[in-house]
Order: sequence, then C-alpha cells, then structure tokens
Amino acid sequence: METYKLTVNGQQKEVTVDPSTPLLWVLREELKMSGTKYGCGISACGACTVHIAGQAARSCVLPVSLVNERPIVTIEAMADDPIGHIVQNAWVEEDVVQCGYCQSGQIMAAVALLKSNRKPTDKDIEESMGANLCRCGTYVRIRQAVKTAAQQLG
Amino acid sequence: MSTASTSNRAAVSRRTFLQVSAAGAGGLLVSLYLDWPSIAQPSPGPKVYPPDAFVHVRPDGKIVIQVNRLEFGQGVQTALPMLLADEMDADWSQVTSELAPAADVYKDPLFGIQMVGGSGSIAHSFLQYRQLGARARTMLIAAAAAQWKVAPSQCRSDASIVYGPNGQSSKYAELAAAAAQFPIPEKVQLKNDSDLRMAGKKVRRLDSRAKCDGSQKFGLDLDLPGMKIALVAHPPVFGAKVKNFDASAARAVSGVQDVFELPLVRGSGVAVVADRFWAAKQARDRLSAEWDTSAVEKPDTAQLFAKFRGLAAGAGNVAVARGDAEAMNRIPEDNRIVAEYEFPYLAHTPMEPLNTTIRFDGDKAEVWAGSQFQTIDRIAIAETLGLKPEQIIFHTEMAGGGFGRRATPDSHVQREAATIAKRTRGTPVKLVWTREDDVQGGYYRPMHLHRVEVGIGDDGMPAAWRHVTVGQSIVAGTPFAAMMVKNGVDETAVEGTADTQYTIPHFLVSAHHPAVNVPILWWRSVGHTHNAFVMETLVDELATRAKVDPIAYRLKLLSPDAKKLRACLTLLDEKSAWRRSLATGHAVGVACHECFGTGVACAAEVSVEEDRPRIHRVTLTVDPGFAVNPLTIETQMQGGLTFGLTQLVPGGAITLKDGRVQQRNWDGYIPPYIKDAPVAVEVYIVPSVEQPSGCGEPPVPVIAPAVVNALFRLTGKRYRNLPLTDI
Amino acid sequence: MHSVRVGLFLIVISSISLVETSSGQGAAPKDHPTSSEALAAWQQVYSVLTYPRCLNCHTGTNYPQQGDDRHRHQFNVVRGQEGRGVPGLTCATCHQGATSKATGGANCAQCHQGADLNATGVPGGHGWRLAPLSMAWQDSNNKRLSPAQVCRAVTDRTRNMNMGGPELLKHHEEAELVLYAWTPGRRPDGSQRTPPPLTHDQFVAVTRIWVEAGMPCPQQ
Repeated sequence: METYKLTVNGQQKEVTVDPSTPLLWVLREELKMSGTKYGCGISACGACTVHIAGQAARSCVLPVSLVNERPIVTIEAMADDPIGHIVQNAWVEEDVVQCGYCQSGQIMAAVALLKSNRKPTDKDIEESMGANLCRCGTYVRIRQAVKTAAQQLG
Repeated sequence: MSTASTSNRAAVSRRTFLQVSAAGAGGLLVSLYLDWPSIAQPSPGPKVYPPDAFVHVRPDGKIVIQVNRLEFGQGVQTALPMLLADEMDADWSQVTSELAPAADVYKDPLFGIQMVGGSGSIAHSFLQYRQLGARARTMLIAAAAAQWKVAPSQCRSDASIVYGPNGQSSKYAELAAAAAQFPIPEKVQLKNDSDLRMAGKKVRRLDSRAKCDGSQKFGLDLDLPGMKIALVAHPPVFGAKVKNFDASAARAVSGVQDVFELPLVRGSGVAVVADRFWAAKQARDRLSAEWDTSAVEKPDTAQLFAKFRGLAAGAGNVAVARGDAEAMNRIPEDNRIVAEYEFPYLAHTPMEPLNTTIRFDGDKAEVWAGSQFQTIDRIAIAETLGLKPEQIIFHTEMAGGGFGRRATPDSHVQREAATIAKRTRGTPVKLVWTREDDVQGGYYRPMHLHRVEVGIGDDGMPAAWRHVTVGQSIVAGTPFAAMMVKNGVDETAVEGTADTQYTIPHFLVSAHHPAVNVPILWWRSVGHTHNAFVMETLVDELATRAKVDPIAYRLKLLSPDAKKLRACLTLLDEKSAWRRSLATGHAVGVACHECFGTGVACAAEVSVEEDRPRIHRVTLTVDPGFAVNPLTIETQMQGGLTFGLTQLVPGGAITLKDGRVQQRNWDGYIPPYIKDAPVAVEVYIVPSVEQPSGCGEPPVPVIAPAVVNALFRLTGKRYRNLPLTDI
Repeated sequence: MHSVRVGLFLIVISSISLVETSSGQGAAPKDHPTSSEALAAWQQVYSVLTYPRCLNCHTGTNYPQQGDDRHRHQFNVVRGQEGRGVPGLTCATCHQGATSKATGGANCAQCHQGADLNATGVPGGHGWRLAPLSMAWQDSNNKRLSPAQVCRAVTDRTRNMNMGGPELLKHHEEAELVLYAWTPGRRPDGSQRTPPPLTHDQFVAVTRIWVEAGMPCPQQ
C-alpha cells in the first residue's frame, strides 16, 4: 500500500492503495466517484474514460502509481466545463442515451475531440469515437449529438 | 383507439414469453402454469391497481411515478409514466420516475410475475398505467369537489391543478392527502385520443441528464457502509467442480477477507470476498485451483456443428406440417434450393457487468439488483437464505443494458450472491461478475444449424418448404417448459419460421433439441435472431431467381392477413426511393419480419470497405400499433438494428474447444463499434390506432439479412454462416 | 526460429574473432568488419526490426497491428496525423506506460519494481505511437518489406528523421519504444508476449557492427 496525492477535478485528494490499482477503482471506491464506469477492464470499451493532463485516458488500465501530478478530470466535472456542458445539452436534446452506462465515456471522448477540433468532419467523429462501445446502439444519435454540439460551439 | 379492458389485451398479444389464452384475469391463468418450488402460485396482483402504489404527489409538487419493470435502456421509465401523467393531467415538468421494488402490485398484468421481456412493457401495461392516471385524477377531483361542495363533473384539471366552476383552484400537492382518503374507483373513463397531450408524441427521456453527468447510479455503483466485494472463480468447463485450491497467495493480498468453496447451480467455484474490487480481483487471479471436469461433457464447437449436421439430415419433432409431404419430390431438382445455415453461440454482454448486492440479517434480507425477473429472483434468494420472499426487500436498480441476460429462470447470479451473503451475514456484499466472467460464463443464445429445402413453383414462388432446425431448447428444464414446448418443439426455436406469414402451401418445420453442456438463454429477439436470417435470405434468393424486386416479391408472397408486414413494406417502398439510384459499388438489401406483435421492414445501403460491409444508411418502417412515444420507438429501432449487427461482425461468436470457451473479453468476442453501425437510420412509423405492441426486439432480426442481401448484389455470394468473417 | 537466429549471430561474432586473431598486428582493427560480416549483421538487425514487437508499429497503413499474427489493431484505432491517434483516442489513451522499465522521468515504476503494474495486459511506454509512414517496414498490404528495402528506408536521411549511423545506434541502444520490445509484458490472458529473437545487447552489438561498416545494404 502506498499513499498518492492526486488532483481530481481541481481538488487535492489523498489515497492509500496498492500501487497497481487502476485509477478507475481509485476514483470509484476510494473517492466514491461512480460516474466513471467499469465495462471491461482491458481498455476495449471506453466506459472508464477520463482526461489526464487534458488528454483522454482509459482509467481501467492506468495504475494510480503512474498518474503523479497530472490533473485528472472526470465526467462529474463536465457540467461546469465550457465544452462539457454543451456536449451534455446536445446529448439531452438529441435523446442519445438508452441504458446510459457507456455515456460517461462517450461524452469524455466527445469532449476531448471538440477541445481539439471545433469543426470535426463525419470522419473525425467516427475516428475519435471509434473505440467507445455502446451495446444499446446509440451510435447514430451520438454522431448527430457531436455535430449539434460542434454547431453550438460555433 | 378502443378502451378495451385488460382481458382483450391478452387476446391481442401474439408470441410472447408465456402463452395465455384469451380470458380475463390473465395473471391468474398464467400462474396455473408456473411450477415454482416453494410457492404454490404467485398471487397475480390486484385487478384494480391502487394509485398510491404507483404515483406519489409530494408536498413540493413533484410527482414520483413507480415503474413496474426494469429500465435497462428501452425507455420504459419515461413511456409508462407518460401514459399515467397524461391521463392524470399532471404537470410533466414535475414528474420523475423510480424503478419499483419487488412486490405483488408491480407484477406484469399479463404474465403474473414482475418482469420485463418479450417486448411486453408497453403492450402489457399500456391500459394499466392509463387507468392508474385516470384513477388518480378522479380521486384528486373528488377531493377538490368535496372541499368546494360542487360536483366533480363541474371541475376540470390541467397541469397538476384542479379548477372549480367558480374560479376556484387547488394544486394536486394540496389535494393529495385528502384524495388518498377517497375510494379507488374501479371503472374509469380514459381520455379520447384527441384529448391526449403526450401519448402519441415525441417526448424526451426523463433520465437523460443524470445519465450524462455521472450522477445516475447503476447496480454496480451501489455503495453501502461496510460493504464487501465478492468475485467467484467459476469452473472452466460448465458444471465442473473444484477439486482443490490453494488460497495462500490470494489471502496474502491486502484487504481480502475470505476465500472459500461455493456450490453453484451446477458444479462449484471459489469465492473471494474483499474490501475492494481490485483486491478481490488480484486475489482471484492468484488462486490456484484445480478442477474436476471428469463428470461433465466438454463441448466443442466443431464437433457440435458436425453432430447438428447429422441430426439435420432427418426430420425432428414437427412444429408445423401443412399440405402434401410429397410435393417436394415432384419439383425438379433444378427448381430446388438446398441451404444449410450455421449460427454460433452469442453472448449478450450488456455494458454493465452483472452484479447483485445482498445483506442477510438472519430473519430478513435486503437485495439490490438490476433484475429483469424480480419475482423469480426473489424466490430464488429466499430459497437460498431459508427465508420467505416477503422477508426480502428487493430494490430494482437501474441496469446498464440486459438484452435478456438479466432474466435467468435459474437466478444463478442471485443464488451465488445469496450464498456468499449468508457467510457475510450482517454485512452487505456485492457480487460482481467481471467482463471475463460474463463472456465465459454461459447463458448464451444457443447455437443452431438449419437445413432448408425449398421447392420453387412455376410461378417463381415457393411451393414446398422443408425446414429442419437443430439447437438446444431454451426453456427445457425451466418452469416455462410446460407452456412453451409442444410436441417436443421449443417454440422459441421455431418462432419466425413455423409461424411465418409467407404463403407456402406445402410446409414442414421440425426441430431437434440436443442436450449440450452449455447454459443458454434468450438474447434479444430470441429465436427470431436466426430464424429471420434464414427466412429473409432465402426469400431474397427466391426473389432474385424470379427477377422480381425484393419488396414486390415479399408483398406477393405474404398472406393477405399479414397486415402489419404489408403496411411496413408498402411504406418502405415509398420511403426508399433512393434504392433505385445508388452510387457505384453500393447495393441495397431488404428484409422484413414480424415478432412480438410488431412488423418491421428495412432497406440497407451497403458497400464494401476494407473487407467489411459499410452500412451507409438504413430506411426502416415499423408497425407497432399505436405509437405511444414515437421518439422511444425511433431510438429503439436504431438501437435494435445496431444490436442485431452483433451477429454479423466478425467477432460475433462464442466458440468452445475441449469444453472451454475460447473468448475472454471484448477483445475476443467483439461487438459492433460505431464504424460497424449504420451511419444514418431513418425510421417511419406506420400510423395506427391498434393496441400498442412491442418495440425492444422487433428491429433486431432484420438487419443481418438485409446487409447480406445487399452484399449478394456486390459479390454474388450468399452468406449462410454467421458471423460474417469473409466477404 | 529464435535459436537459429542466435546461432547465426554467434557465427557472425566468432568469425569476426577469427579475423582478429589470425591477422595479428597491422590487420584490420575490429571496428571495421568486412562487408559480408556487416551484411550478415544487417540480417540480424532486420530480424529484430521485422519482429512483431517492432513491426506492429512500423506499418504502411492507417492503423497499427497487434499480436504475433500482426492482425489489425482492434477497436478501430487509427494512425492520426502524427501517428499518435486522434483526439479522444490517442495511443496514450490506452497505452499509458506500464510495461516498459525505461519509462523514464519521475515515476514510481523505477522504484516499485515489485508491483505488478501491468495487471491488465495493455503494453505501454511513454510516447507510444506509430512510426511515421516514411519508416514503414511493410507495404500497404501488410507484407514485410525485404531486407534491402528496409535497409534503404532506415539509412535514408530524408526518411529517417535525419539520423546518421551514430544516431541510429543510439536509437537502438536507448530509445524507450525500442527498449519496450524486450519487456513487452503479459497479454490480458496472462501469457507473456515474446521478445525479439536477439537480446537487446545482441541487437546493439550487431547494429554497431553494421554501422561501423558504413551501413551497407544488401543489393536486392
């Protein structure tokens, strides 16, 4: 067990865990932040997507011991994020969600895309969202919602 | 739309999980067929459902509506409250919904158990929820009228306010307590179509925001003080037993509480209980267990297909036989098609891994689970804990998908959890199935082999059709068997073939149900998943041979009574004019199918990119009877199509070798990602005033045949084996 | 395969030693191997470069490969403009650096060697990315290029980020993503990924021989 100081959504947190614990489980069980989801544990589905130092990262394969001082941002911070809340509004407007379990990860991936590219083409959207799995099949509406969000970002 | 009572609803339901005959009190009739071990007959629930069990008007004006079945993506937590709120004249902006716990009053009015499945949510609870809303409104108005000393008929209601004849008004929140004292009216007048505000309109989901901001809790997110996490090492061959195990390395992991052998529904496993998920997982990975596989069959996919092929050479138990059995022999061989189809096991893999949390206190217990089968699960947990079901509080958690995986007649996950909870008595324990457990843990859509011989008449239509299907019976050994197995044929194996609405005069469908050591389960749309693929690809082949447009051919071949399919195909023809002018390298494929009372037809535009089908667009038409929420229907059609592609993508197969499942996770059993899904799906709903029928499953079966029908036009090949590994 | 290549390596090394001892004073010093020895050394280098641990990221397509069978990398990951993937799905999104011992910088892996930091089976190293298309060692049909073709690519300064012999040697000696190949970690199923047919030291040694001979390329 080791103690780690983490910056999560702008706040300092301290946790004491096994160094190999993936950040996903630190967020969910130590910090009680259940918005980031466990889907597969092998980075195949993206339900665990967070942002580390501004880049999308799959937290289920990231040992907490490798995070260091890099800031972590989770879905819980998206409502207060200038791009995050536009994406969430677009998701609600377009009635994207069904079961909703994958959507934290989908939104984090979409926000990462839009932070980097305000005018994504269809191909950009398909590539950036390409590894986020949705078993309910909301892909068609996700495509539309990303476009809607991009339009609103202007 | 008629205001028929519940009894007529039973008559309208076609193929459903449990067949019931048309007669009142559907619940009672169903319960006669169920053979539960410890309860003679589950009580069917009251005929007059009490509003106070379903709708709570809070003092602050918020209206909380209980949903009598699991929400796992299909939108029922919005659509059912919509119906109630509409009849109740509730202010929709103040409405929220909750998933009701297990209780008699929440049983499905038709099936007599609390469940979701068979695309039955709207179909079965449509009138129930409307009646509940009308009752609530009646009682609120009665309370207001009494206070104002006027007649109820002089009052009207709108947006959670009752208005009196002389300018009086009173909010529902103010009236609720008084209203509850009034007798519950048995008969209520439902609104006319023209007076409905929401039903029939696109209404957005109530749960969107919470699912977008991380605040929605699913079963896996449950966190209780002192809660432990449990994982179970399951046998690598189904039904095998633990021979011995060394827990020393597992116990050495910090946070591990307990490691012990655990009896399972079949065979045994080893449970690990720890403070945290990661500790439990590390510990389980370090268990060295030896398994006794001597007493169980070791299934092997290649061997099974060979065995199935052998069985298919002869007719099985007859599902349907009409016309002249010798007619085929009179048709020249040149005019016959002989086709063999192979379908693998399919895992459901809903996005949220399976989980159940239980706290056992000796004389009672509390359960939290995203269950599709609350009644059945609660009985199973009670059995395991030595309690009566009534001693168990069973909370229904929001579930991250299900597709049938959370509706297990043997409640095996719940039994595992209960067995562990017994040991952690007083402390809540959350059993988690990792994704590996899920992919390797069985309860798959059965593998099937079909052998079909079609004899084509001079008119280009099929005159004779001999169809043998081979696959395990899903309901054998479950309480559903009594009703769903007829003449040795499991109805789920022949739904979509035996009951086809295509006019085929000399028609024989039979089935073999070999026993295989692989646990199986429904999978969204069940038998239609493979049966529609066979029917729609063969009909397409016939249309091609006859040189007739695929929609026109189907319209010609369908019985005049196939009203929904006819309406869908006709609308599809109108809405898919684009199929007549496609880009080079693009082709269109058509398919139609009716299941769970709903007809669906689609046209898919496909090209080949990087050796895979690229689906540019799908136009889909659906006849679901009256469309309660057209937005839900649109999203279900879009989602269901994509779900149906699970069968088609190259990684869409569970295979076994020497008794072991060869896939481990989504890196071996690979579902459709955004690139595999259609880029655009347009949905057109056939206008209807008929009783609403289901929407969750009907879109699933049509996409795979539509895509391969399009591929034929590009490659000249007919695809008879799923998944599609080579084009 | 592995033992054959090691055997060939040993033959190369021992033949060089023979040259040294038999030539006596005034003979060619050991840092100028003959052309045929250098070409043989190149074959050894080539055997490592085209081993899946390296080849999987030196693709000529829009995507990386995975596994010893070099199948297309799952999950639809793509090259992106700089070979690092696309926003939202960069290589680093999943490949966070847990397997490589030489992850460099201030991170705990250097000290906490005992912890199993690669419990999930995703390989990694800082800066995980595809090699640029100019460094593709496969054609667009995923077929390995020949020793001659790879040699020409690797020595072409307009394609290899302007690296001369000494830089190439240093790259083979020290670059983190090169070093990854020798600690490639375990797969999700628990089995170990296979390292290239030479050890890292052997790889550096044959690279040195080849570089000091002026990096000759085979004719064909």
